Amino acid sequence: MRDFKAQLRQFIEDNFIMGPSEPAVSDADSFMERRVIDSTGFLELVMYLEETWGVTVTDDEVIPENLDSLDHLQGYLTRKLSA
Amino acid sequence: MLLHHDFEGWVARHADRVALVCGQERHTYGDLARRAQSIAAALRRRGVRRGDRVALFLDNGVEFVAGMVATLTLGAVFMPINPSTKDDKLAYMLGDARVCALLTHESLAQVWGPAVASSPSVRSVFVAGHAGGAGTAVLPWPAPGADSLADPDSIDQDLAAIIYTSGSTGFPKGVMLTHLNMVSAARSVSTYLGLRSDDVILCALPLSFDYGLYQVLMAFRLGASVVLERNFSFPVKVLETMERERATVFPGVPTMFSMLMALANLAAFDLSALRIITNTAAALSEAHIQRLRALFPQATLFSMYGLTECKRVTYLPPEQLDIRPTSVGRGMPNEEVWLVDDQGLRLPNGATGELVIRGSHVMRGYWEKPEETAARLKPGPIPGEMVLYSGDLFRTDSDGWLYFLARRDDIIKSRGEKVSPREVENAISSLEGVFEVAVVGVPDEILGQAVKAFVTLAPDASLSARDVIRHCLAHLENFMVPKYVEFVESLPKTGTGKIKKTGLA
Repeated sequence: MRDFKAQLRQFIEDNFIMGPSEPAVSDADSFMERRVIDSTGFLELVMYLEETWGVTVTDDEVIPENLDSLDHLQGYLTRKLSA
Repeated sequence: MLLHHDFEGWVARHADRVALVCGQERHTYGDLARRAQSIAAALRRRGVRRGDRVALFLDNGVEFVAGMVATLTLGAVFMPINPSTKDDKLAYMLGDARVCALLTHESLAQVWGPAVASSPSVRSVFVAGHAGGAGTAVLPWPAPGADSLADPDSIDQDLAAIIYTSGSTGFPKGVMLTHLNMVSAARSVSTYLGLRSDDVILCALPLSFDYGLYQVLMAFRLGASVVLERNFSFPVKVLETMERERATVFPGVPTMFSMLMALANLAAFDLSALRIITNTAAALSEAHIQRLRALFPQATLFSMYGLTECKRVTYLPPEQLDIRPTSVGRGMPNEEVWLVDDQGLRLPNGATGELVIRGSHVMRGYWEKPEETAARLKPGPIPGEMVLYSGDLFRTDSDGWLYFLARRDDIIKSRGEKVSPREVENAISSLEGVFEVAVVGVPDEILGQAVKAFVTLAPDASLSARDVIRHCLAHLENFMVPKYVEFVESLPKTGTGKIKKTGLA
């Protein structure tokens, strides 16, 4: 299975993580609970997914079950790209 | 009449009525009262007394609402703080207001930990999701119990809340609001909206923002229900909740409405119960007004204008939307508003001037900031009375309807929230390698205005836009973080060497 997490982690660290003192986000951590990404941040994340992997994220796919952790993103992209 | 009296009345008469829905949880008025009671008892045991300040550094949820009721019951003053606030600003507010107790979440420990460590006034921190034991001041969230408390004998001239608002100086100011102020505002707003006890208000606005907070206050006045969403990150989830709970009232800001209207599957949701939509914090464009009305033909849309210093000022009666869509309306019930010229003289209809507000909802001033207070609160028509100078420029048409023109200060409105350019500039200036910075607002389809920073670098310094944004994320609330950073060779200056922002965009 293709691994998207490393690249996604890089994007999230570059764009959202506050600083070196912040403990790393684990694969299962909710970005919302960990307060890493807020509402406009999720819009940026969706744009990044579309630009990087050429997927079209439909409105009803913008839900925490698809986007709100590295594990969820991995699952979502895997399903999207195999469809 | 105190702010929590109506709530207590509903508890006494209809304890089993639903007050709050948060995700899968449903809380009745009785349940909420029991939760508040146990928090109040715990605060009392820690020495919180009438007039003391209690900060609510909490997400939307039952903890916030019960904590607010508990604080009011004690005669203490609640201070809502946006949960995206960072540690240095939190420390500033805790110190400025000499807060004695903080109610918060374990998940925010990285922020409140350092802030509390540098705030000697804070003697107790009650932490939801915390098992306790991390120091004498840090305590687990109070468990429900049967505690009874002595009445603190509060009166409606006592402070109920202090709400911090961004100021052009870069330091936030605490807006002092009495019970009378807040009861008056809640009554006026719920009256003109025509809210009812069977309403179900869907609130995805932060409760730390007065627009969100008053959804709860107005519901409790009427015995209505509030469905609280944590935020608006996943609009489809909010729509699902709106449909499931048969929400009748939806308060929003233009950013939320833009996100909703961009959804291709909006029509798939049954929102037929929706009867009132409200907008404030920033103006909706005429095109958005038309779209919203077409999408929700069964709902009436209220365009409104306000400021934290008095909560709300004007509303446009829905039947006026077709006649004067860009007007913010006129004064609400039990309030008088007028325009003045630079000398403070009252202007006739058809003129342009600063909006002045008179009523029981006008704040008592900024906490321990007499100069800033004097700039806003000035003597009114009756000796001893103070009226509020809004700092905003309006014009009236020949019938007296108001149209917002501009702010007198340089505050940016992004996502409906106030952003002080100075505060952002201060944060960016503290980044090593930055020589000078100027922050302005630029038009943005979704945000209303986006924050843009122009930066010049020190010799030999090298920074990327990302470096600047990351630094801001660590020091500012999320809505204040620049969307754009542009590096320039130099910034335009005035004759006296000050940075000149006109023309920067």
